[in-house]
Amino acid sequence: MTGSEAGLIAAVFLACAVEAVEAVTIVLAMGVSRGWRSAWAGVGAGLGVLAALVAVLGPAVTTLPLTTLRLIVGGLLLTFGLQWLRKAILRASGHKALHDEDAIFARERDAARAAGSAGRSGIDGYGFSVSFKGVLLEGLEVVFIVLTFGANQRHVGVAALGALAAVVLVVATAVAVRRPLSRVPENTMKFSVGVMLTSFGCFWGAEGAGVSWPGGDASLLGVVAFVLATSLLLVAALRRPRWHPAGTAA
Amino acid sequence: MAWLRRAAAGVWEFVVGDDWRLALGSVVALGGAALLVAAGVDAWWFAPLAVPAILALSLRQSLKRALPR
Repeated sequence: MTGSEAGLIAAVFLACAVEAVEAVTIVLAMGVSRGWRSAWAGVGAGLGVLAALVAVLGPAVTTLPLTTLRLIVGGLLLTFGLQWLRKAILRASGHKALHDEDAIFARERDAARAAGSAGRSGIDGYGFSVSFKGVLLEGLEVVFIVLTFGANQRHVGVAALGALAAVVLVVATAVAVRRPLSRVPENTMKFSVGVMLTSFGCFWGAEGAGVSWPGGDASLLGVVAFVLATSLLLVAALRRPRWHPAGTAA
Repeated sequence: MAWLRRAAAGVWEFVVGDDWRLALGSVVALGGAALLVAAGVDAWWFAPLAVPAILALSLRQSLKRALPR
């Protein structure tokens, strides 16, 4: 396995694990408050739409010439990565509340209970639609990451395996503990995913733009180290007191 | 037409997110590298250097919005 492939699997695994944790919290809240039948139906419908998207977009993406693919996909990955990283830096420096699965679970469960009673039989519309949207919205980014990373490396199968492993691990853990996975170090994982997406996007996008990286693929490690170091510097800079006026620090 | 508008808004939200500066910054980072390459400069350093600059600009805006006036 090359370094690039290992990086591909690690990035896809982490990104998918984070999204799966968030989807599991929503489905769990719907299951306990609106009934498992509707929650599972929503999960099934969401996964069906995601599978259809992969089936339609997967072959289309892989037919693009590699240079064009790298420029487009690199640009999108860079944009997504910067969004993840910006939020992660704000969280790490105390300017944004940390992601708290217990709080999200309680909020979703309370909203579901306040939404009126579920019918005695059949599918409960609220539980179904919230579970469906949770799986679809969290899954869309996973599908995008799997397709783009996989197509760029010409290893969609490897990327899909990384994603599947993450989803299976998260769902199995949630089933075992029967509560939101609040002890998963989600904020650190989001920071790592932000660094990885930004670095891969930068590397592939620049390659698509025509640059030749000194040292070839090995320079990807240098890009990752540079993005990580500058992100940590930004966190340190934002932790300084001048950036903490009353009411803005968490 | 309403569903088309909703779909377009969904795509915008998915790709651009809550700060358009990051998307614009990505275009500038890669577009700038492409222009330099076309001018004969192997600008492999351009996009990585653009990353902290884009982030700093976006973070500055986020904090400005949060600061009480």
